[in-house]
Amino acid sequence: MTEIPEHLLKRAQAAREKAAADSGGGADAAGGEAADPRIPAHLLERSRAAKAKSEGDGGAVAVADKVASVVAAAPAAGGVPVGAGPGGHTQRLLTVVKSGSIQDVKATPVDKVHTWPHLLAVEFVAALACTAFLFFFSVFVNAPLLQLANPNQTPNPSKAPWYFLGLQELLTMFHPMVAGVTIPGIALFALILAPYIDKNPSNKPEDRKFATSLMTVHLMFWAVLVMIGSFFRGPGFNFVFPWRDGLFFEL
Amino acid sequence: MAKVIDNPRPTAKERLNKTIDSVQGSQAWNSIFRPGSIFRKGYTDSPRNRSYVVMNSVLYHLHPVKVKRHAVKVSYTLCLGGLSFFLFILLTVTGIFLMFFYRPEATAAWNDIKSLQTSVAFGLLVRNMHRWGAHLMVLSVFLHMARVFYHGAYKPPREFNWVIGVVLLTLTLLLSFTGYLLPWDQLAMWAVAVGTNMMGYTPVFGSQVRFVLLGGVEIGSETLLRWYVLHVLMLPFVIVIFMAIHFWRVRKDGGISGPL
Repeated sequence: MTEIPEHLLKRAQAAREKAAADSGGGADAAGGEAADPRIPAHLLERSRAAKAKSEGDGGAVAVADKVASVVAAAPAAGGVPVGAGPGGHTQRLLTVVKSGSIQDVKATPVDKVHTWPHLLAVEFVAALACTAFLFFFSVFVNAPLLQLANPNQTPNPSKAPWYFLGLQELLTMFHPMVAGVTIPGIALFALILAPYIDKNPSNKPEDRKFATSLMTVHLMFWAVLVMIGSFFRGPGFNFVFPWRDGLFFEL
Repeated sequence: MAKVIDNPRPTAKERLNKTIDSVQGSQAWNSIFRPGSIFRKGYTDSPRNRSYVVMNSVLYHLHPVKVKRHAVKVSYTLCLGGLSFFLFILLTVTGIFLMFFYRPEATAAWNDIKSLQTSVAFGLLVRNMHRWGAHLMVLSVFLHMARVFYHGAYKPPREFNWVIGVVLLTLTLLLSFTGYLLPWDQLAMWAVAVGTNMMGYTPVFGSQVRFVLLGGVEIGSETLLRWYVLHVLMLPFVIVIFMAIHFWRVRKDGGISGPL
């Protein structure tokens, strides 16, 4: 229901063309269907009798009007079910029951593509590009290795890894328990609870202006703190301008 | 009169094709490459084989056979989740290499890194890749989270996968932070001193938390061993479990979210 694969569509198209080509000759052959060995002799006999009768009743009937002629002939045949398609077939297709009307089909049509090659090729290129970037960056930029650790000599400034520098920046403003535990704890907890707090079912950006702006403010808050902590803090963790006093930052 | 050759000598190309045919027709080859593998004889680009490629590969079958058309657009995901996973694999590989040359002891660690850089083939390069890859992974996991938020992809039925994602972000930060100490230089030691001092302000259990993290009252050899085990064994073990749940839930929750 969700989709029709391309190769099946092609196959159906080919079958339809073949049927169209056959039907051209079928009309001519309808009169001489006796040659078809697949149809039992008694059925052929019955259909021929019915045809002769209907032709006797209604005069000459074109092959294309055969269905109509059968309907007209039915009462005359005294209740015996008769029918004759091209080639002497005695069954008729009454109706087609589509699956949707008797089954509970929930799936809505989804436009899908094969993972191979559509997704895997993209992933492969992305992985290669990532590896190449990392490789060349590592060839040209060395990871820092300072002097051997010395507990008796505190470097000035001492900085945490860059992703914790926002917290270290908060330390300059608040009590360590607030800056190091309470605020990051609340932020993390709010992040975890986000899907349970945000009851808006839409994922359209125009319906989510509040959520989007709240998150942007939140992210910007940390980004600005991390940047200040990284680039604008010098000896004694005092405020400096990197273009005037130099950079006090190691990755 | 021209001489008629019944069996002309096969050309190099024909011989190569024959060899390839016999290799690809062998039982060993067919036992290794399952149906649908592009290395199997007579692989054609049919819908059936496209499905088999994914179904019959232990790596690719993380993916469903088919995905929504919009999901393969790079502009939607920016590949951030996949790249985070890829960087994790890259970090595992380079990390295993580094483990061969490193002892987590206060007296040996720094010298091991120094000699890794100077006297081990590709040692400096691999260490650089591990370090920069780690920073890049923190960045890509963080950006992945932002991307998911802005797409509203945490909404039902994906709420719990978002929670797991936040856990993964935390674990990524912890992995990076525990690795930060291992070079045992001034940068490492004092960055960790700042970080653990902050954790010491945890209400009620502050000093206990700090003691457990440091393996003592000060950063020392015990801390190094502790963080080394956390970094190379325990945290990777935990993060792999959470990643498995994360990827599994992506599929169980109906694949990638959207389109917007």
